[in-house]
Amino acid sequence: MPSLTVEASRINDFVVKFANVNGTGSASANSLIMKAIFRMGIPVAGKNYFPSNIQGLPTWYEIRVTRDGYAARASHVDIMVAMNAETYSKDVREVKSGGYLIYDSTWPRSALLQRGDINVIPVPLARLVNENFDGVRNRILLKNIAYAGVLAALLDVDLDVISGLLNESYAKKPKLLDSNTRALRLGYDYVKANLSSPLPLRVEHMDKTRGHIMIDGNTAAGLGCVYAGATVGAWYPITPSTSLMDAFKGFCERYRVDAETGERNFAILQAEDELAAIGMVLGASWNGARAFTPTSGPGISLMNEFVGLAYYAEVPAVIFDVQRVGPSTGMPTRTQQSDILICAYASHGDTRHVLLFPANPEECFYMAVQAFDLAERLQTPVFVLSDLDIGMNDWMCPDLKWDDSYRPDRGKVLSQEELAGLEKFYRYVDRDDDAIPYRTLPGTSQKGAYFTRGSGHNQFGGYTEDSAEYQVVLDRLRRKFTTASRYVPKPVAMGKGGSAVGIISIGSCDGAIREALDVLSQQKIDVDYLRVRAFPFNTDVEAFLKCHATIFVVEQNRDAQLKSLLILETAVEKSKLLSILSYSGLPISAQPIVDEIRAKLAEAPRLSAVPVK
Amino acid sequence: MSTLCAGCGHDSVTAAVVEACWGLSLQPEQLVKLSGIGCSSKTTAYFVSGSHGFNAVHGRMPSIASGANAANRSLTYVGVSGDGDSLSIGIGQLVHVIRRNVNMLYLIENNGVYGLTKGQFSASADIGTKAKRGDVNASPPIDPVLLALSLGATFVARSFSGDKAQLVPLIQAGMRHNGFALIDVLSPCVTFNDHEGSTKSYGFTREHYQAVTEADFVPHAEEISVDYPAGESIPVSLHDGSRVLLRKLDPAYDPTDRSAAYSYIENKLKQNEYVTGLIHIDERDSTEFHNVNKTAKVPLNRVPFEQLSPGSAALDKLMARYR
Repeated sequence: MPSLTVEASRINDFVVKFANVNGTGSASANSLIMKAIFRMGIPVAGKNYFPSNIQGLPTWYEIRVTRDGYAARASHVDIMVAMNAETYSKDVREVKSGGYLIYDSTWPRSALLQRGDINVIPVPLARLVNENFDGVRNRILLKNIAYAGVLAALLDVDLDVISGLLNESYAKKPKLLDSNTRALRLGYDYVKANLSSPLPLRVEHMDKTRGHIMIDGNTAAGLGCVYAGATVGAWYPITPSTSLMDAFKGFCERYRVDAETGERNFAILQAEDELAAIGMVLGASWNGARAFTPTSGPGISLMNEFVGLAYYAEVPAVIFDVQRVGPSTGMPTRTQQSDILICAYASHGDTRHVLLFPANPEECFYMAVQAFDLAERLQTPVFVLSDLDIGMNDWMCPDLKWDDSYRPDRGKVLSQEELAGLEKFYRYVDRDDDAIPYRTLPGTSQKGAYFTRGSGHNQFGGYTEDSAEYQVVLDRLRRKFTTASRYVPKPVAMGKGGSAVGIISIGSCDGAIREALDVLSQQKIDVDYLRVRAFPFNTDVEAFLKCHATIFVVEQNRDAQLKSLLILETAVEKSKLLSILSYSGLPISAQPIVDEIRAKLAEAPRLSAVPVK
Repeated sequence: MSTLCAGCGHDSVTAAVVEACWGLSLQPEQLVKLSGIGCSSKTTAYFVSGSHGFNAVHGRMPSIASGANAANRSLTYVGVSGDGDSLSIGIGQLVHVIRRNVNMLYLIENNGVYGLTKGQFSASADIGTKAKRGDVNASPPIDPVLLALSLGATFVARSFSGDKAQLVPLIQAGMRHNGFALIDVLSPCVTFNDHEGSTKSYGFTREHYQAVTEADFVPHAEEISVDYPAGESIPVSLHDGSRVLLRKLDPAYDPTDRSAAYSYIENKLKQNEYVTGLIHIDERDSTEFHNVNKTAKVPLNRVPFEQLSPGSAALDKLMARYR
């Protein structure tokens, strides 16, 4: 029995990382462990680092057990479950000093695993599984469940909770339930018989997950589209947005199919490319349906032309950009926030677009609904800028809630009766002085007919090449963007509000920043934080920029795109903004934020002291 | 008011569309006009002003049509495009709207030339045809009729802008066909492609024009009367009960046989003959988009919100899945 270094016990606060080969069924074992810990009432965060591949390449899954409920990636690994011989050397290096490495000792790898400062835990998983199960595929799958059993014993995960999860998964497949349960016990019993357990790093029941769920952002966004009443979804498959449409389809099949006739209250069009996907959204929205497309960076590049038409001809559209690493094809399975500028100014000519920045799956759900309301109210494309980290990873969120009194804001759409009362209908006249014109839907009445075009048009909807007529429309569109700033979600402020130092950020940086604020606060450094939730920026953003002397702009791209947008679109003094950038493709973590802020404040210590009024 | 050149074939097509709508007693608000970019695409602004129109970006009208049709299946969709819009920049969308079998009439006003940019060859220009400035086209043409046939389109026709008698009933039948209907209308460009040496000039087209079928559209409310002697016509029933009568000029020609139609057209093209008329029709086909999708009969844009949003109780229940 190997002796384990005794560490002061750390309960409900550590990181387990699984190194696997993709396509071997490891995902279900990893999520089994994560869900079991979550059901024990302990907050968890799951991050999947997977290859752009279907089978045979290295893949990692990281579970952060976090009693404080931090959502960000931790920048260290306490326990490595090294199940991929090809990546052993890399995986061994990643373990924090004093941490643990669990490996399959069926084939001893002592030469590869030597590191004096970590604890190596050998478990002959393949041997155990081969002695107890038949069939190559079966053995590969059940080896994963066996290491879940090993972890259950080492971390003191409640076996009843795990059994409960297996019972739910295999309720209708008793044979699989039996083999999975036996595989779990194999790993568990081996540890109990041969190793000292549990480890000092372990779990204990808490009560901090009640009223919460584990969900990914794409599922939540797809669900939001169903609740918003979207009926037409058009898309071209692209990682990491594909699961959003999968979710929409799944929920529609559950909620939108007539039980008697089989008729469906939705249409999903798998387009030939993103050029067509956005065209379908425009066609459907123009015709009065709520329509959307999920995509990622390369799709956004292709959609630019149509987005310009939608802006100029004032056609609603909802576009989910689940951002991934660019430029070009980039790294499709890694995360980034690098489409901010291309979305803000998509298409040639003078255009500006409404952007929403959800920070987590919960906001993906609610912002999906808001996006449709805004698109129809403002008659313009609305981008929801999620990212791979939010979209594809499992996040702990409060239960999603629905207000049954909600009714969609369909915006200024004239009915047949309203048209009858008008002397004449003109499509682009600013009747209400809010820069939003009235529209009509095809099929309503001849009186409401108009011609939608991306070519020069006057406020009456007619073709024009007259400079003055053209400018009337273009100037109104600029004013409409100001109107938009009054409708978009307000930013979220954190901190005491009196510091001279601020952080401004968007989206999935939120978890890391909140954690960094706690760390800084323990070090007596108070920093205010404003999470921007939309573009155009509203007055709260301007006020925050004005009343802080130094503002760290935290974002996940190389070129400081949010900072650029703030400089272009607000009155902020450029020199006040300092960038903290993360663009490795891995989700941002708290430590680099803490380090950079401390370093900058050390250079100019007065900053933390003097509030600007 | 048309802004095309005087004598443009496209204006004759516009007139035929108007006559077809009139003949069908189609309410203007029941019609949706769609187009891309180019001379032909401009024409949707020149007819039935009581209808909504959408002038999309270049080559992308089919996606607008697909989305619009998905949102409201109850309207009549007519797309007008050109050979550049459909066969070059937009061929991807044309191919896929045919595959998707969106219920619409798609007119290609085909003149083999880019008019708005002053006379470059389009993808439908024949090898050897001469541009006004003397360039000779070296690339083989894409024939929209063969393209549509190979993709399984269930209504494929060709006509000539100057032949209103043939064009009007074809347009009517195409509008009533439950699925994608393509009509390739040879429509010579009087400014850039009506000179000697062009294979899409008025003179050339008239000389090489062979009608394979004569179509006569009979709305289903009317008594069906046939002028043609028995044995020389094939009546084809459309989904709504109306019928198209096809007069067979070539006794061997059967428009319901797709592969036979393909060979026939291909052979005729080799002889420089444009076969016109209803080249292929299949009314038994059930692959129309909404049919495949099992979309509700009520247009999606009119389904009450209460039927679309599952409500709070369903959401509360759903949450259990994520614990």
